[in-house]
Amino acid sequence: MLPDVWTLYRRMLFSRRFEEAVHRLWDAGLISAEMHLSMGEEGIVAGVLDHLQPGDALALDHRGTAPLLMHGIDPERLLRECLGQEDGLCNGWGGHMHLFSREHLAASSGIVGASGPAAVGFALAAQHLRPGHLAVAFFGEGAVNQGMLMESFNLAVAWKLPVVFVCKDNGWAIYTPRERAISTPLIDRAAGFGLHTTSVDGRDVTAVWEAARDAQTRAREGRGPSFLHARCVHLEGHLLGDPLVRAVRQPLREIAPVFGPMLRAVTRRQGAPVRQRLGPLREVGTRGNRLVSSQRASDDDPLVWTRKQLTGESDRLSTLEAEVTAQVNDIVARVQPE
Amino acid sequence: MPTKTYADAIDDAIAQAMQADERVVIWGEDLDMIRRNLYVRFGAERVRCTPISEGAFVGAGVTAAMGGLRPIVELLLVDFAGVAMDAILNHAAKIEAFSGGQWPVPLVIRAGCGGGYGDGGQHQQALWGWLAHIPGLTVVVPSTPADAGGLMLAAIEHDGPVIFLEHKLLSTVWREGLGRLGRSTVTFDVPPDGEKGPVPRTWMPLPFGQAAVRREGRDLTIVSVSLGVHRALAAAGELAADGVQAGVIDLRTVTPLDVSTVRDAVKRSGRLLVVDEDYQGFGLSGELAAVVLEGGIACRYARVCTQTTIPFARHLEEQTLPNVPRIVAAARDLLRA
Ligand SMILES: Cc1ncc(C[n+]2csc(CCOP(=O)(O)OP(=O)(O)O)c2C)c(N)n1
Ligand SMILES: [Mg+2]
Repeated sequence: MLPDVWTLYRRMLFSRRFEEAVHRLWDAGLISAEMHLSMGEEGIVAGVLDHLQPGDALALDHRGTAPLLMHGIDPERLLRECLGQEDGLCNGWGGHMHLFSREHLAASSGIVGASGPAAVGFALAAQHLRPGHLAVAFFGEGAVNQGMLMESFNLAVAWKLPVVFVCKDNGWAIYTPRERAISTPLIDRAAGFGLHTTSVDGRDVTAVWEAARDAQTRAREGRGPSFLHARCVHLEGHLLGDPLVRAVRQPLREIAPVFGPMLRAVTRRQGAPVRQRLGPLREVGTRGNRLVSSQRASDDDPLVWTRKQLTGESDRLSTLEAEVTAQVNDIVARVQPE
Repeated sequence: MPTKTYADAIDDAIAQAMQADERVVIWGEDLDMIRRNLYVRFGAERVRCTPISEGAFVGAGVTAAMGGLRPIVELLLVDFAGVAMDAILNHAAKIEAFSGGQWPVPLVIRAGCGGGYGDGGQHQQALWGWLAHIPGLTVVVPSTPADAGGLMLAAIEHDGPVIFLEHKLLSTVWREGLGRLGRSTVTFDVPPDGEKGPVPRTWMPLPFGQAAVRREGRDLTIVSVSLGVHRALAAAGELAADGVQAGVIDLRTVTPLDVSTVRDAVKRSGRLLVVDEDYQGFGLSGELAAVVLEGGIACRYARVCTQTTIPFARHLEEQTLPNVPRIVAAARDLLRA
């Protein structure tokens, strides 16, 4: 069986257009503080969520918009929540890191690693009350060093719970590269807990879809939890206004605020001899460059990948794209304050 | 006197301590970026980047301190203490007592706290009263650059565990990094004296448990910490226009609590108003009422605190956190009777 790539592409594109609108509203100062987008993760999210049924639960991290949209949450209420409006999904109380829909059994957290225990509890409730249903946990690769997530892997295996743990691995936890924080391949670590494991390329929605189909079948049939590892990039950096992304995109304006303090540090009184300070300085600069360049390549964009499979029917594709854009524009027009 | 920002003052005091004492080592997530000015000067061995493992790296701070280091462990935001609470509650705070006083834990836990920039209720808590509730912990909550640097140095030199909380509206690093993020389209109500101010050329440790009287006033005593001190001062300014003399006391440390300064002022004014960004129930505001009563002082009492989970929406958040109109209204009520 193969997925309906047209449907998946429509969902991915809807999420992308929606988050582009979020980006504009955030730039305009209408969304406050941090905003972590799912841009770049859409292939993973679409491939996994296509298998969910009403009664399945969703445990999310700080990048909840794409999963909620693809899980059928009303996009208008979601956008109103991001704007802090009183008729938002959570009446303006949650904001983008704390999105909840009881009706959809979907819960988010801004605490890294918290989606692990959340999924275990949802799965336990399903085992008792909704046999055949499951819980999905989404988290980044940075979360796998959080004890509560590791304990959740073990608990899910010990109790043979219907959980699908989905690791969206962009290789970075803010400015920490994966290899500096994680000693062994993630997949080995998960296997060490007794989880059924698969690794896929998160740009390839079909590959994700197939891996997720197997994981969810195991869960529904009572064969226990799985770990699905999928690589991705974050096209807008860690969060909107990411200082490193700003420094690269608008060097004239942004280099001084971002790197100024560091350059001044070279000459400050206390500390190692100036010669020895250049090493750490160079190291941070190089890493910043690597981080930003790794997050911008269009070959890594799951939408570009998926779209390539559909260009054979160019009329159908342009109709779809025009429809999605119009839908999102409509929503934005409805929610935008004067 | 030179001036410095609140954020720079703290880093500067840390640099002075690191220069003077090899045992001062700091760690936390992404410190090579967040504290890049210390990282470049002191290198990767003394400014260490951790994985996202608060339970382990705060717990390790406890025994690293017992083993002879003077660690400063950064939690980023005090909200994340939730993940590290066992190390704080059951270990850092207790080992000196358990060991019969033989084994102190000279650990500093540094974290951003507080709201006012729209980041939601899991990233904007104050929690100083919640932490101060635990015997064995010193909880430092500075409101100015000079206090921030001086108290940080004292925290590093102190032979017990200290929680050092810097308010994110006062710290340019946090406010710009979590709130503004390069935008000119957002605004924050930042008290200029809290963000930037005069600092000594060389840092000297400031004593714990010594409140600062920021403003004298015979009609009413407002007691606060951190950002709340600036809100209280603004309110006192408004009240002065009506001829009301409101005094403002900045506690500077929640524990140890400067009981005598508070009692002396309240004895004279007969009115105590607590402004506390931490949660209202079972916390600092109630504690202040208790110590005044225990001192045999009869007074009128009111408080302006955070009563609920902090809502995300800016307009709801504004009503939830203590603000100047709420303080002025509470003061007027106290004066009426
Ligand atoms: C317990 C806790 N510690 C630290 C943070 C700050 N923080 C937010 S996101 C993040 C990085 C997460 O990395 P990863 O899990 O890989 O997710 P990504 O952002 O890359 O999607 C950190 C450290 C937090 N929110 N919660
Ligand atoms: Mg990551």
